[in-house]
Amino acid sequence: MAETRVPAARPLSPHLQVYRLSLTMVMSGLHRITGIFLYFGAAAVAWWLIAAASGPNAYGYVQWFMGTWIGRLFLLGYTWTLIHHTLGGIRHLIWDTGRGLGASEREWLAVATLFGSVTCTILLWVAGYFFVG
Amino acid sequence: MSMRTPLGRVRGLGSAKSGTEHFWAQRVTSVASIPLTAGFIIIVAMLVGRNHAATVQILGSPLVALTMILFVATIVYHMWLGMQVIIEDYVNDPLRKSIAAMSNTFFSVVVALASIFAVLRLSFGV
Repeated sequence: MAETRVPAARPLSPHLQVYRLSLTMVMSGLHRITGIFLYFGAAAVAWWLIAAASGPNAYGYVQWFMGTWIGRLFLLGYTWTLIHHTLGGIRHLIWDTGRGLGASEREWLAVATLFGSVTCTILLWVAGYFFVG
Repeated sequence: MSMRTPLGRVRGLGSAKSGTEHFWAQRVTSVASIPLTAGFIIIVAMLVGRNHAATVQILGSPLVALTMILFVATIVYHMWLGMQVIIEDYVNDPLRKSIAAMSNTFFSVVVALASIFAVLRLSFGV
């Protein structure tokens, strides 16, 4: 009775390295990574709004920064990330109803999400450069 | 030395006891953020290339301001929940986990309040 039982060395569940890389796997990781990016991107939204409320000088600084190549790159990334995470979220909501979980369906949904997010991003930016410059 | 069985020791300790609540809030905010994200993209598209005065006027108009406040409140709640899951997945040390979870709350609250305060100020003026 005084002896404590040593916990059995239970096997660990297999992790990433034992599986062949698949599109749905990449999309799962991408959903989380885009979520993390949007998390910190929200601070940029707050910065933009605070600057607008502060006055022309502060707002001018934001506009200047967003006009630099690094600012443009961030905005392009934010656009795609926001759309991709939204479409990916819709995919998850479809799965929540129990639909679209079959092998061909989830593959199709993954391709549609990726295609949709890239297409929408390109369309928005082309429209932006066309109408605003 | 505990006389309790291994099962008895872990029973009731496994979950945060609010699993479905967390899950449900994540779904509610995700559904709400679909139309609100569309609204946010339209608002930003309307503001691209405009000067400060025009931006202030548009952001301060009631429908735009309301959409922005709903958007910020929804996505911040959503991202706060999401980051909590990420922290629980990757941060195992109890102290680090507490610090990370707390930082998540601080960051989320500051982002939400700063954004909403700015929009309200734009709406109501100085």
